[in-house]
This record gives sequence, structure tokens and C-alpha cells, in this order.
Amino acid sequence: MLNYLWSFMIIFSIIISGFNGGMREVTASALSSAQGAVELCIKMGGIVALWMGVMRIAEKAGIINALARKMTPILDFLFPEVPRDHPARKYIATNLIANFLGLGWAATPPGLKAMTELQKLNKNKSIATHSMCMFLIVNISSVQLISINMISYRTSYGSVNPTEIIAPCIIATLFSTLTSITFAKMMYRKEK
Amino acid sequence: MAFIVWLSDWMIPIIIFGIIIYGLIKNVNVYEAFIEGAADGLKVVIDILPTLIGLMMAVGMLRSSGALTGISNLIKPFISWTKFPSEVVPIALMRTFSSSAATGLILDIFKNYGPDSFIGRLVSIMFGCTETIFYTLSVYFMTVKIKNSRYTLAGALLATFVGIIASYYLALWIFGV
Repeated sequence: MLNYLWSFMIIFSIIISGFNGGMREVTASALSSAQGAVELCIKMGGIVALWMGVMRIAEKAGIINALARKMTPILDFLFPEVPRDHPARKYIATNLIANFLGLGWAATPPGLKAMTELQKLNKNKSIATHSMCMFLIVNISSVQLISINMISYRTSYGSVNPTEIIAPCIIATLFSTLTSITFAKMMYRKEK
Repeated sequence: MAFIVWLSDWMIPIIIFGIIIYGLIKNVNVYEAFIEGAADGLKVVIDILPTLIGLMMAVGMLRSSGALTGISNLIKPFISWTKFPSEVVPIALMRTFSSSAATGLILDIFKNYGPDSFIGRLVSIMFGCTETIFYTLSVYFMTVKIKNSRYTLAGALLATFVGIIASYYLALWIFGV
């Protein structure tokens, strides 16, 4: 995907500036942007390291499992077709909690395992089940407590209050997640 | 409103406080764990550096060639009735299929408008509440060889759309233009 997108962006800008006569600006911008990327990484490195340090404590203390166990009522509501003792539940819970804490790398492996387990419950292997649709819709609606990358970018570009977006982010996510759950539930009723 | 400001200010300290206390209760060597995680955090940043260089360079070229302004001018007439800033539309579209390309565009917004401008705040909120739909769906469905994803895409697009609208009104309501 990025292969074509990236090539297109660069080729397109060179062609456009060929017509507009801004080649010098494009060269300067390419050079200074590459330099800016390194500066940005140095500036954001501290914040990302801080956050991952704190999250490592949480992981070692077993917070993901502790929170995943508390998910039962939510899972009962979202995935009525998955039996309580089915392994898919554990993976779904782990994936949602890891996403919630912003631990993307810890979220994908259990997420894929959850899909494999849900597939075992599937009667028609090429059509998604309601549980799969619900799981991915909730996953994509991006329930996340704190987007630390965004905060580090905002800090790097000199925001006066980089964390001011935390609560608005949570509220916006709440809207999108509740809407998508309602939508998935409606589709479920309709097709049943 | 005051609660929203309070929540933003308190969220990170509360999480750090809670996690350290929880870690101590669970007998984790919290300091060592922190140092270990921080080392990994630095590795993560080094790993994304080449991507950032490539994309910031491409977006920087798009910006200075006038192509980026041209694209948002093309979009403007279609959305002028909503007052939604046309510069944000390409980011919203990009966000659905490439997180890193969208990051490049967002950093360009920060550079040109500042993170504390209305547009800067809007894209910050938007980025936090949306996902790379097409990438995620294809990875997850391909793993289990599902061909018919039924209403998943519609639901995901709806979630993203609602997230964008909510971001816009929240930014307007909390921070003003």
C-alpha cells in the first residue's frame, strides 16, 4: 500500500512543482523534513520511553489479565454466541484491554488468536459470524485510554497543554464505540 | 466542561500512580520494570524513525509543491456547507488505510498551524478515536480466510464517521475556534 502511496506523493509533488516553478522549495522541504523527522524522534523518545516504562510495570503486575477477568458482563452482552468457558473469550478480553491501554503490540497476537477461536465456532467457514463482526467493529472503533504518540507529537511541536486532548478523545471514542455496538446489535437482530 | 479539563489534567498522573501502587502490591520490582520498558520504548522510536523520515519528506514535498493546498481547495466546495476544515479531509481519508501516512499529514498540520490551533486540536482528537480500518480488517479476516465480512466494514466506517463528527463538535465546544 505505502509502496504506491509514497511513490505517488513524491512523483506528484515533483511534477506539480515542475509546472508551478517551485522546485527549489520542494528540494528545501524534502531536506528539512527529513531532518525534522530525526529531531522529532529525539524529542518524542523521552515521552514514549516514559510511557512504555510505566506500561511495563502494569504488564509485569498482571494488569491485563486482572482487567480481562472483569470483562465477563461486557463479553456476555457483546458476544452472546460465545460460551462462557470458550478460549475465544480470553483472547477477546486481552485484545480489548491491551488496545484500551494503548499497548498495540500486545493487542494484535491475542486478537488474531481470538479470530481463530471464533472461526472454530463458525459453521460456514467463509462467512463472518456475528461475533467476528462485533469483535472487529469494537476493535476498530478504537477504545483507547490515552494516545501517547499523539501527546508526544503535540509536545514536540510546542503545545502549551499537550494532554488537553485526553478527555475529548475518550468522549469521542465513547460516541463512536456506542454507535458501532448499537449498529452491530441491530444488524444481529435483523439477520436473526 | 470543568470535568473534561480536570480529567485531561489528572488522567496520566492517576494512571501512573495506580500502576505503581498496583505493581508494588503485586511484588513487582517497579523500578527495574520501568527501566526495561523505557529501553524498549526507545527502540520503538528508533524503529519508526525511518518511516517518519520517508513520510515526513513526502508530505513536506507535497506541501511545498502546493499539491496539498490544491487538494484541500478541490475538496472545499463539497464540504463548505459544514464548516468542517477542508485540510482535515485528506487526513481523515488517509487514516482509514495508513496510520503512518496519516501521521505524516498530521505532523504537517502541527508544523503549519500549530498543535494548539483549532485544526491542530481537531486532528489530535480525531487521530485518537479512529483506526486504520482497511488494514485491520484485511489482516484479521485473512488470518481465518473469511471472504464475506458481512456488515463489519459498514460498522467500522460508521464508527469512524461518528468519531470524526464527535471530534469536530467536541473541539468546537471545548476549545472554540
